[in-house]
Amino acid sequence: MHAQNNVGMADTGSPSASSLDEREARFQSRIDDGIRVEPQDWMPDRYRKTLIRQISQHAHSEIVGQLPEGNWITRAPSLKRKAILLAKVQDEAGHGLYLYSAAETLGITRDQMVDDLHTGKAKYSSIFNYPTLTWADVGAIGWLVDGSAIMNQIPLCRCSYGPYARAMIRVCKEEAFHMRQGYDIMLALCAGTPGQKAMAQDALNRWWWPSLMMFGPPDGDSVHSAQSQAWKIKLFTNDELRQKMVDQTVPQAEHLGLVVPDPQVKWNAERGHYDYGDIDWEEFYNVVKGNGPCNRERLEVRNKAWTDGEWFRDALVAHADKQAQLATAQAA
Amino acid sequence: MSAARHEYLLRLGDNALILSQRLGEWCGKGPALEEDMALTNVALDLLGQARLLLSLAAEAAGNGADEDSLAYHRDDREFRNVLLVEQPNGNYADTLARQFLFDAWSSLALRRLLTSSDAAIAAIAEKAVKEVSYHLRRSSDLMVRLGDGSERSHAMLQTAIDKVWPYSHELFIGDAVDAEMTAAGIGFDPASLQDEWLAYVREVFAEATLKLPAAGGWMPKGGKQGLHSEHLSKLLAEMQVLQRSHPGASW
Repeated sequence: MHAQNNVGMADTGSPSASSLDEREARFQSRIDDGIRVEPQDWMPDRYRKTLIRQISQHAHSEIVGQLPEGNWITRAPSLKRKAILLAKVQDEAGHGLYLYSAAETLGITRDQMVDDLHTGKAKYSSIFNYPTLTWADVGAIGWLVDGSAIMNQIPLCRCSYGPYARAMIRVCKEEAFHMRQGYDIMLALCAGTPGQKAMAQDALNRWWWPSLMMFGPPDGDSVHSAQSQAWKIKLFTNDELRQKMVDQTVPQAEHLGLVVPDPQVKWNAERGHYDYGDIDWEEFYNVVKGNGPCNRERLEVRNKAWTDGEWFRDALVAHADKQAQLATAQAA
Repeated sequence: MSAARHEYLLRLGDNALILSQRLGEWCGKGPALEEDMALTNVALDLLGQARLLLSLAAEAAGNGADEDSLAYHRDDREFRNVLLVEQPNGNYADTLARQFLFDAWSSLALRRLLTSSDAAIAAIAEKAVKEVSYHLRRSSDLMVRLGDGSERSHAMLQTAIDKVWPYSHELFIGDAVDAEMTAAGIGFDPASLQDEWLAYVREVFAEATLKLPAAGGWMPKGGKQGLHSEHLSKLLAEMQVLQRSHPGASW
């Protein structure tokens, strides 16, 4: 497919500035009309690059996200919870797989994306740089982290790039289930012993702020927002989505009998929303820069898995080569 | 007979549970994304089988036991899995060699159980045999591709097979429980699976250019009777930690 050769080049050929402008204007008007962009369609190089960044970051988040939850598979407290968690983490790997495939339609290989992750060039959601210290953290991740992810991703089912939008439909269905399983874990803990309830409150205390940070910097500081909104690969602003998350989550915490760790959370009848306190953006930028509690460990684990698995991947290629040679020899 | 049936169900259920637990340790760390997903899938199937078998065992015991009390509140001497499944994961070749030998056995064992006179066991076997047939197809395919892959993969897989092979003998050693279950038409004589198992393993090894380890030598056993390797109690310490540290809690 011709689109695969375009990355890093000034689109196709060297069109004059005016013809490029015309193309971009046509491209934008198709997006404005709600027509999906497909891999074989012409697209501005910046659109392609932005999507590659966005989709691959999303894919990496799914893959790295396996680690904090996978941390509790061997210690899940009942066989039913263990089965659900195994299925959930398997879903996340699946999301990674089809998001990588969606990104590949834009002309980058999975190997390149994986390499960018392992060298630290590409980012993933900084939430996964926080540790899962107790079983309640598995509940909190489902409830809050997957909850925030859904909030972000539901609009993307309508985004302008076809393969991404279609991948998001399936991802969102599964994430909705993940969020329910997380909340269900919290319900069981909050109906349990004082020790279990304390575990749940501690998890909420530690995951609340990082979950709100997942939506990215405040609108005023968000570098990619305006253009992405025009291209319909971002349909709501960071702050709009964050507000939705707060509005959804505060009553859920109350239902659990847990206290949101922000004394400024209060219903504002005038706005029709919950007010909430200031987010510590210094912490956010610090974790993004690589200084969160688990940044090094997560990347080390991924790198080790990749290096340890090299012989395996090479062997599959060697076997396929042998089979191909055999087939050629037999045909001759 | 009910004591022997209970023991028999524990053996089958514990095999699936412990192997699933081992595979779960790989989550997020496999050599390729597709492998991560496939291995988790196998772990999930085995966990499903374990839950059915342990629930059946608990139900028959009728002492308030359930799948979780059996999984989380027995000590290693009370577990009845074969030694093969509790062996540590090692590298991916070690994990794969262990899986292949087990899948080849399990697929034959479940086929026998399809005609069990015990309807509940036959029903579980019917569900499980479909899953294990797929597991075996996958592990056989990987044995061939890695055995007949690169020089390095061939060497790694041969080393892994040589290392895990002694643990396969226990799969075919019967005892009084097996004899009672065979006589009642519920189970099968373990020894009766060996020829067919070996023929299949030989066939896959030939295609994979792997050498079958020599017969005889060290043949550890005892898992089925509750005498395990040092590895099991550590595995259980990890698996059971929450249930043990929060007695009486529901999750």
